[in-house]
Amino acid sequence: MAAHLSYGRVNLNVLREAVRRELREFLDKCAGSKAIVWDEYLTGPFGLIAQYSLLKEHEVEKMFTLKGSRLPAADVKNIIFFVRPRLELMDIIAENVLSEDRRGPARDFHILFVPRRSLLCEQRLKDLGVLGSFIHREEYSLDLIPYDGDLLSMESEGAFKECYLESDQTSLYHAAKGLMTLQALYGTIPQIFGKGECARQVANMMIRMKREFTGSQNSIFPVFDNLLLLDRNVDLLSPLATQLTYEGLIDEIYGIQNSYVKLPPEKFAPKKQGDGGKDLPTEAKKLQLNSAEELYAEIRDKNFNAVGSVLSKKAKVISAAFEERHNAKTVGEIKQFVSQLPHMQAARGSLANHTSIAELIKDVTTSEDFFDKLTVEQEFMSGIDTDKVNSYIEDCIAQKHPLIKVLRLVCLQSVCNSGLKQKVLDYYKREILQTYGYEHILTLHNLEKAGLLKPQTGGRNNYPTIRKTLRLWMDDVNEQNPTDISYVYSGYAPLSVRLAQLLSRPGWRSIEEVLRILPGPHFEERQPLPTGLQKKRQPGENRVTLIFFLGGVTFAEIAALRFLSQLEDGGTEYVIATTKLINGASWLESLMEKPF
Amino acid sequence: MNRTKGDEEEYWNSSKFKAFTFDDEDDELSQLKESKRAVNSLRDFVDDDDEDDLERVSWTGEPVGSISWSIKETAGNSGSSHEREQLKNRNSFSTYAQLPKPASAYSLSSFFRGRTRPGSFQSLSDALSDTPAKSYAPELGRPKGEYRDYSNDWSPSDTVRRLRKGKVCSLERFRSLQDKIQLLEEAVSMHDGNVITAVLIFLKRTLSKEILFRELEVRQVALRHLIHFLKEIGDQKLLLDLFRFLDRTEELALSHYREHLNIQDPEKRKEFLKTCIGLPFSAEDSAHIQDHYTLLERQIIIEANDRHLELAGQTEVFRKHPRKASILNMPLVTTLFYSCFYHYTEAEGTFSSPVNLKKTFKIPDKQYVLTALAARAKLRAWHDVDALFTTKVLQEYVNLVEDVDTKLNLATKFKCHDVVIDTCRDLKDRQQLLAYRSKVDKGSAEEEKIDALLNSSQIRWKN
Repeated sequence: MAAHLSYGRVNLNVLREAVRRELREFLDKCAGSKAIVWDEYLTGPFGLIAQYSLLKEHEVEKMFTLKGSRLPAADVKNIIFFVRPRLELMDIIAENVLSEDRRGPARDFHILFVPRRSLLCEQRLKDLGVLGSFIHREEYSLDLIPYDGDLLSMESEGAFKECYLESDQTSLYHAAKGLMTLQALYGTIPQIFGKGECARQVANMMIRMKREFTGSQNSIFPVFDNLLLLDRNVDLLSPLATQLTYEGLIDEIYGIQNSYVKLPPEKFAPKKQGDGGKDLPTEAKKLQLNSAEELYAEIRDKNFNAVGSVLSKKAKVISAAFEERHNAKTVGEIKQFVSQLPHMQAARGSLANHTSIAELIKDVTTSEDFFDKLTVEQEFMSGIDTDKVNSYIEDCIAQKHPLIKVLRLVCLQSVCNSGLKQKVLDYYKREILQTYGYEHILTLHNLEKAGLLKPQTGGRNNYPTIRKTLRLWMDDVNEQNPTDISYVYSGYAPLSVRLAQLLSRPGWRSIEEVLRILPGPHFEERQPLPTGLQKKRQPGENRVTLIFFLGGVTFAEIAALRFLSQLEDGGTEYVIATTKLINGASWLESLMEKPF
Repeated sequence: MNRTKGDEEEYWNSSKFKAFTFDDEDDELSQLKESKRAVNSLRDFVDDDDEDDLERVSWTGEPVGSISWSIKETAGNSGSSHEREQLKNRNSFSTYAQLPKPASAYSLSSFFRGRTRPGSFQSLSDALSDTPAKSYAPELGRPKGEYRDYSNDWSPSDTVRRLRKGKVCSLERFRSLQDKIQLLEEAVSMHDGNVITAVLIFLKRTLSKEILFRELEVRQVALRHLIHFLKEIGDQKLLLDLFRFLDRTEELALSHYREHLNIQDPEKRKEFLKTCIGLPFSAEDSAHIQDHYTLLERQIIIEANDRHLELAGQTEVFRKHPRKASILNMPLVTTLFYSCFYHYTEAEGTFSSPVNLKKTFKIPDKQYVLTALAARAKLRAWHDVDALFTTKVLQEYVNLVEDVDTKLNLATKFKCHDVVIDTCRDLKDRQQLLAYRSKVDKGSAEEEKIDALLNSSQIRWKN
């Protein structure tokens, strides 16, 4: 059980259990002892739905990561490859299988494609002469993985590139399938809203899939009131800005992978007296971050500037609780105190960890360079000096700061100016190519194709209109006790979330003009329900909206949505789904050209 | 797809879908089948594919055919496969008898002709499909169920539906262009990239390039999938042909250029980059591509030279500061840094001199001074740093002096050539400029600048 998945308005444990069941069934098909050979990328997402214990119950005795040449020795009957359908992985599998044949007792090979079998991959296996060696070749449709009580992700790293650069709809197809799965478990979603080309396509696929499935009516009482499909390219701005929530900053600085973060170990060394700090741990400290941890759930979505005070308050509460032991006089009192100890100690451990993380982050956020970068970002987002070469960006290039950082700023400037003046664009391009290498021409072209870095066409800058109408820039932001979503970027209100907010109240009709400026169509579809399943909302009962970000979502945007969910008079609670959890760096990274 | 099996959950019991779920029966059935298969080595030839009996539809709208399916799959690995291989091999005179054969009946693969990788094993059915009995030969010895593809007349939409469910399905029967296009359109309307690609592979194999391109030109979604597919399998040649056909010249150029990333050998990479010059890039990019080539060409010369110098051990700077890495494939600014570090004092004529790099690649002053400063400071060549600073910083300060005469005096005194020259120009004082010409180095950039001014017809000199 993953209890934290059932805390939310929608019990996502139901989904988790469904995918676990499917996994068990596959494992049982390969009777006897087994070894799993993992595509390393998959171990993270799988970790969220099953521990090794589950695999062990089904006779998985060994686990390896997929590597070239021979498989490590293992005395098992079955070898199962868990892989993504990628051609280069097929080559490695073939190598494994071919070198296996020559020695030892024959073993049964199986392959499990996640999330989908691919005819192309099977062809490659066939070309390599090993296709027939596999007994079971199946797919495991792990389309949407529950990350937290209100968060689902497909963790498809290439989704944005596929959708917006290559116009490959495969990941949209998976998104639609994932949504069908959700509807099968949580009931038909009566209303679908969307904005963007991909959103339109996913809605079309869903409607078509529903039509094709004429077998039976879904008889589940609907949990979701509506679905909002949003294209990432409707809001290219938000991921480019530096996230300023606690969780967002952890992700920006250390990168959260499948809800785990790896941190420098020094700050986490156990403080023992007389230790002299001799044995500092050298291995990165790995922590899981999710709402199962009470303290984390409380502070993750706060602006980082508001985290310190919460931590110090908690510290006082906990030390006061420990002090209570002096007041415990009677046996009964002592007993009661002792019974609370485990909880108190867990709380203390959690507090120690987050105090350390906050210190690490503070080192970064108080640096001069971080401040300078943020200043430039905020200038751009509020519309200042977006049409000329920025001296901070120039300096970053001259000092050879990481290319990703430079690209992120240049793209931000471009997006906040509806494209750069040709002269400015050419200047940046030239500087980047001379400093980082001419081969990045390819990456720059990708960014242009995605609309992130482009020349201004028609000499018109639409951003100010969008900014004003949607109130994207708020001057009076309250980081401690926020009253608006703009707190997550200390001033900038993420466009994507603003769209969601306005949809729920007063409706998109009020912003038709801006919607027309933003790329792609906006639409509304209804999926009729039989009368028995129609919901009669109690007065004061919130609606539940599933919001699906096609092409990725950031932690700051998630925080903004959670803020809206918690508003007393908000009227809407959100469950968030996405193709991938991203931040500006990981996102641009996925658009960079690398050797084949 | 087998989501609905083993549904001990309450959910299922409370839902209407019960009728579509599997129960234990199926597992027993599959076990039974497995054992049956084990004892009957000829089963593959006679077994009927009874998947229709087993077919169920799950709540996702997918049929759950995995059990019968997997049995069919396992057939390839059972004892019978060996015999069957022998049979096949005898028939086809294959020379690959000793290799494990994809004996499975599944997958369109026998109809696909993906890239035959160098050194990979050409599969048996591929070899067979080149024989005159093209569409039937590969099916010899397949389970009877397969033949249904031929006897039953699957429509394009049925076929696509089956493909989507991962079923065996022949595309060979679609012979006319019209049928093939209809098949493609069905696949596109399903939005399933996997299936679209499968159909495209079939079309790619059975249609001439010209017809394929012509048909795809008016079908953008399919076209994009083909481009993606060609990139994925690395069929650069067809991809370039396609871009040429579509007249997408810039993409053609970029796609060609991209290939250099895969060439490790510097000499070969250089030669390849040479083929990129003159391709239809945008004007801006053309200049960058030319520079990329020139830079690598220079780097190869510098690298050979410096490796030699370093090994000889006669040059102090290489002895004191051995090179950490080769300069090959480094960015321009890094190369400039390197050249400021190891070749600072060289005359402009040599390829490795910083001034030569600055000129060839039109590196802006600011960039040049910054890089040179960093390099010289790293070497603790404070004298050079001083000189760079003096010219640069003094120049800026001198320029701020308002009184023109004082400015000119100071600039002359501190050899801020640019300031003197610019001031003379602004004063339109030809004589003073002419006189100053003798104070700058022969053949220097300053001398050139003065000459250019003196010869200019744009300036109306006062004397």
